Amino acid sequence: MLGAYLPILLLVIVAIGFGLVSLVMSSLIGPKKFSVLKMSPYESGCEPVGTGQERFSIKFYLIAMLFILFDIEAVFLYPWAILYKKLGMFGLIEMGIFIVILFVGYIYVWKKGALEWE
Amino acid sequence: MDMITIPAVNFTPILPEIFLSVLAMVLLLINVFIPGDRKAYLGYLSFVGIVAAGVLVAAGWGGHIESFSGSVVLDNFATFFKMIFLVSAGLAVLISDQYMEREGCNHGELYPLILFTVVGMMLMASGTDLMTIFLGLEVMSVALYVLAGFNRKNPKSNEAGLKYFLLGCFSTGFLLYGMALTYGATGTTRIAKIAAVVGQMSLPSANIMLVAGMLLMLTGFAFKIAAAPFHMWTPDVYEGAPTPMTAFMSAGPKAAGFAAALRIFLVALPTLQVEWSQVLWVLAVLTMTVGNITALRQDNIKRMLAYSSIAHAGYALVGFTAGNGTGTAGILFYMLSYAFMNIGAFAIIILVGKKGESNGNVQDFAGFGVKHPVLAVAMSIFLFSLAGMPPTAGFIGKFYLFSGAIQQGYIWLAIIGVLNSAASVYYYLRVMVFMYMKDPTEEFDWMQVTAPMALCVAISVIGSLIPGIIPSLILQFAQQAIKLI
Repeated sequence: MLGAYLPILLLVIVAIGFGLVSLVMSSLIGPKKFSVLKMSPYESGCEPVGTGQERFSIKFYLIAMLFILFDIEAVFLYPWAILYKKLGMFGLIEMGIFIVILFVGYIYVWKKGALEWE
Repeated sequence: MDMITIPAVNFTPILPEIFLSVLAMVLLLINVFIPGDRKAYLGYLSFVGIVAAGVLVAAGWGGHIESFSGSVVLDNFATFFKMIFLVSAGLAVLISDQYMEREGCNHGELYPLILFTVVGMMLMASGTDLMTIFLGLEVMSVALYVLAGFNRKNPKSNEAGLKYFLLGCFSTGFLLYGMALTYGATGTTRIAKIAAVVGQMSLPSANIMLVAGMLLMLTGFAFKIAAAPFHMWTPDVYEGAPTPMTAFMSAGPKAAGFAAALRIFLVALPTLQVEWSQVLWVLAVLTMTVGNITALRQDNIKRMLAYSSIAHAGYALVGFTAGNGTGTAGILFYMLSYAFMNIGAFAIIILVGKKGESNGNVQDFAGFGVKHPVLAVAMSIFLFSLAGMPPTAGFIGKFYLFSGAIQQGYIWLAIIGVLNSAASVYYYLRVMVFMYMKDPTEEFDWMQVTAPMALCVAISVIGSLIPGIIPSLILQFAQQAIKLI
């Protein structure tokens, strides 16, 4: 019974082995040439301004979180749209309930002022 | 074009869940549309809603309806546990407003979150599919993480929320991995079908994947019910979380963990009972002993009750180890009584406490019995019940748990349980010594007993006394509830 999982074990071993071997080999035999330009942080080809570890405003995280929430809503709409005709009335009502629940969340977020930048 | 056939869905089993979800969303909208700082009316609304949900739940008593292709069931077992959740949520809502107002975190989101927690717990109790149970657990946990960190200006509450979140996710991983392995071994997530597949195996205990899955699920549930050695998060989370939420967390979600674990282990894996009861035996002894011994040394009464709550999970595990009728009925009985006595004790702690979570040590109860005799008597009843003295509910509950163990031949387990129970008397009575035998150092003049508070204490007193005096009143329901599993 467990033998059926042997291919998965092999895959895991190969995946880990490949990662390890390529990292170790490149650090062992790869050429190492350092220059100031090479070691400086990459900032879209421009001269670096400030450090790379700046603090971001918490607002970015809030927006990112809200984006993910409503993004998932859109993802669920796709399979429903493809099967729309087969699901019929039941699917329409179910999706309506789903949208209403998300809409309640949207109104809450809006009224709380989470969408305002300032 | 062929239509996809939708299986007939009966919404009756999840009617209380639907009702509470809709109520929670309505409260969320009311909260943002009606301005004002006082959020007490949301508390009243949710209390009324919880009572209404209780009526809905009670109406389903005696029925047996499966729905959603057998992934949700309405049976007496689920109904009994749903009642426990509603009791703990209702009592927690009653004591929330005064505390949250005092600590300056009276945000209206509290009540919808509590209701969502209850929805999750209900799904855990009525789920007959591993996925439904997992879904319920997540709905419950995510809302609880927020509730633990609800007092966001208090660093301790933040710590509690974060700690609970990280360790909760970790334990969820264990549980889910266990479910995945069980699915791999049996090919189904339906609890009844798992039982059928495992029952046909010639030697299920030799199936490594199944046993590993069972043990991982056990670990996941042990985290959720705070059984030693998976209890490390409990004291910090219970101490840091807002007191009403601590009361709620130690009663409702703990019972939900037991509900799901009982259903999975007694219905799906009874053929492995010899194996899992051995593990539970060790867990029960460890949990009782660690909880009680550590509680002996606590001065902070919230932390003391946190450790005592670990010990109480241990007592319930004794009944679980037995796995027979008396033991499991004892768990149901005990969880219900524990909700009353525990939340009642926390209500008194909230009353005695001052702003900023101060005045929460055992010493601060000095002379409480002189200054507030009625509340002190109530507190004494809760403490007696927690310690398991007759004629309180705690005594009867422990009696059934331990006699279940003795019936199954776990004599030593019962002896260790009784010894633990005796040790716990020390720290419960220590509070009473301070209440009655020390001179008051304070006037307790900051205390104000609001109507919801008084109602909560009154209900809790009744709930901790009546089942102790007339055990059959609750026990007959508990016995009917476990008949189906």
